Amino acid sequence: MTATDTMAGAPAPATATAPLLEVRDLHVEFHTRDGVARAVNGVNYSVNAGETLAVLGESGSGKSVTAQAIMGILDMPPGRIPQGEILFQGQDMLKMSAEARRKIRGRKIAMIFQDALSSLNPVLSVGYQLGEMFRVHQGLSRKAAKARSIELMDRVRIPGARARVNDYPHQFSGGMRQRIMIAMALALEPDLIIADEPTTALDVTVQAQVMDLLAELQRESTMGLILITHDLGVVADVADKIAVMYAGRIVENAPVHEIYRQPAHPYTKGLLQSIPRVDRKGQELYAIKGLPPNLLHVPAGCAFNPRCPMAQDVCRTDVPPLHTVGAGRGSACHFWKETLGD
Amino acid sequence: MGRYVIRRLLQMIPVFIGSTFLIFFMVYALGDPVAALFGDRAPDPATAQQIRHDLYLDHSLGAQYLHYMKNIFIGDFGTAFNGESVTSLMGSAFPVTIRLTIVAIIFEIIIGIALGVVTGMRRGKPVDTGVLLLTLVVISVPTFVTGYVLQYVFGVRLKWTAPSVSPSAPFNELILPGLVLALVSLAYVTRLTRTSIAENTRADYVRTAVAKGLPRHRVIIRHLLRNSLIPVVTFIGTDIGALMGGAIVTERIFNIHGVGFQLYQGILRNNAPTVVGFVTVLVLVFLLANLLVDLLYAVLDPRIRYA
Ligand SMILES: Nc1ncnc2c1ncn2[C@@H]1O[C@H](COP(=O)(O)OP(=O)(O)OP(=O)(O)O)[C@@H](O)[C@H]1O
Ligand code: SF4
Ligand SMILES: [Mg+2]
Repeated sequence: MTATDTMAGAPAPATATAPLLEVRDLHVEFHTRDGVARAVNGVNYSVNAGETLAVLGESGSGKSVTAQAIMGILDMPPGRIPQGEILFQGQDMLKMSAEARRKIRGRKIAMIFQDALSSLNPVLSVGYQLGEMFRVHQGLSRKAAKARSIELMDRVRIPGARARVNDYPHQFSGGMRQRIMIAMALALEPDLIIADEPTTALDVTVQAQVMDLLAELQRESTMGLILITHDLGVVADVADKIAVMYAGRIVENAPVHEIYRQPAHPYTKGLLQSIPRVDRKGQELYAIKGLPPNLLHVPAGCAFNPRCPMAQDVCRTDVPPLHTVGAGRGSACHFWKETLGD
Repeated sequence: MGRYVIRRLLQMIPVFIGSTFLIFFMVYALGDPVAALFGDRAPDPATAQQIRHDLYLDHSLGAQYLHYMKNIFIGDFGTAFNGESVTSLMGSAFPVTIRLTIVAIIFEIIIGIALGVVTGMRRGKPVDTGVLLLTLVVISVPTFVTGYVLQYVFGVRLKWTAPSVSPSAPFNELILPGLVLALVSLAYVTRLTRTSIAENTRADYVRTAVAKGLPRHRVIIRHLLRNSLIPVVTFIGTDIGALMGGAIVTERIFNIHGVGFQLYQGILRNNAPTVVGFVTVLVLVFLLANLLVDLLYAVLDPRIRYA
């Protein structure tokens, strides 16, 4: 059960209120030489049109793998999806043909990757790579596609777009390259954009600019945005709601302001305390002790228990379900009440 | 770019002089061309002296070399063992070897790249293991063995093709010799393509191409292949020189009257002008092929800039 499910209450006409994207009980595992790594263990989240969902979590918590499963770009093998549903506009994409899914990619769901330098093809001009969207999906001529590429580059505010359309990725700065990635995702005006740590590879000053651009582009449209990050600092300004992942599960989800005010999961609490803050200047920065679990041997019970300051015996035996904490809020902690309380 | 080409061409001059001098020195200083002319008989001292004078052999090695280079520049490579001028021998031999090399390169490109792509995309599968084993065999067995075996099977037993090539060496007779000549390089092209493809299939930009919703063939050809073939094209380019020089064995097996054949005759009969002349041209071909490859590299990979 997700918190959103409980919120819905009485059954409504399915199509009218159905979220743009809904991930239900998604599992992804990787079959490697050392065994089966369960990277995603029953993730539930949803995004509505015009909404921004921030997905948070430490490295290796399964944020990217979930996104790749949505895009249909998982490495299979070694990857496998043994269970789950990914409903996009009401249809389960996992049941679609490969060709049907390809037609959704780029056109209806687009993705922005972390490292624009390696994610753009080094031997093709940016104009070619942008234009490819129009040529392949809309059958535009090379010339028309180029004109559209220049428009796009203008839209993401790349100075001198007309002169730079034939340049190659390595000739741009990191921030400009990420703008090109954003332009590519925007090209066909998709309904949903997944941005996987779009600013992590950039300088701090450029990070804010790119983030602002992304937020602004999203505001002026009805598209949904899934913003993957492990930087809680940027989330507050752009996101509507947050899903926190740990060891392949959602441990807490909530509207953005509520989670900052009052986290309902010890892990979220730890994350919030580890953000540098002006009002706590001089104090030692808090860090969650220990390391994220090895996915080949996820601890029994609550996966967070070896690192949790509040862990009790029950945490080492029983997997906590996602308890409903409030409207649109859930926490996968046996002691969510106590966590909220203090 | 222009300046780069000029600099490269200038750099070739010392390399060219050095290598030709080395060949010249080895052939002239280590053998006795006059004695070779007479075979087993001892030459009459007066006649020998006359020939030495005619061939400019009574001068110091350095002077001989200068004399030789001067003649080369006016297009005179001297006289071959059969009394023909070396230039006319080249005129008949090079077109044959160039045809043979073209056939070999086509094999390398078509079969080598195709096998490399197939194995690179199906790593660890039976096709991959099989082809990999085959390339290992091809690389480790000497060309004269594979050459004679294929000649026997296809030329003598199955009679699909003539076991020996006629003097005019038309393309259709050069298919089997071309394959033999190509085999080792073909195995290398296969392996190189395989590695390159396997490396690039996991590249981020290929994932981006998939995420853009491009059809599979477009992802493979425009994005994956376009990048993976850069090292392969460079290898094939540098191989041109090696193939032309390495045709000696193949040309012997199939009795093709090309560069390798004439070079072999020249060595056998200790005819210095033939050996030095042919090797000089081969050195030139090699140097130019290398320059071409470097320029091609810059065209294929925009990150490379020559200045
Ligand atoms: N192709 C793959 N083969 C095997 N294991 C994989 C593969 N892709 C991801 N994994 C595993 O899945 C786990 C989750 O990875 P994922 O990339 O989703 O983490 P993440 O939350 O995005 O972390 P980060 O913040 O570092 O990007 C990792 O432990 C990783 O080792
Ligand atoms: S369930 Fe137990 S171990 Fe897990 S977060 Fe809650 S208190 Fe900590
Ligand atoms: Mg990631």
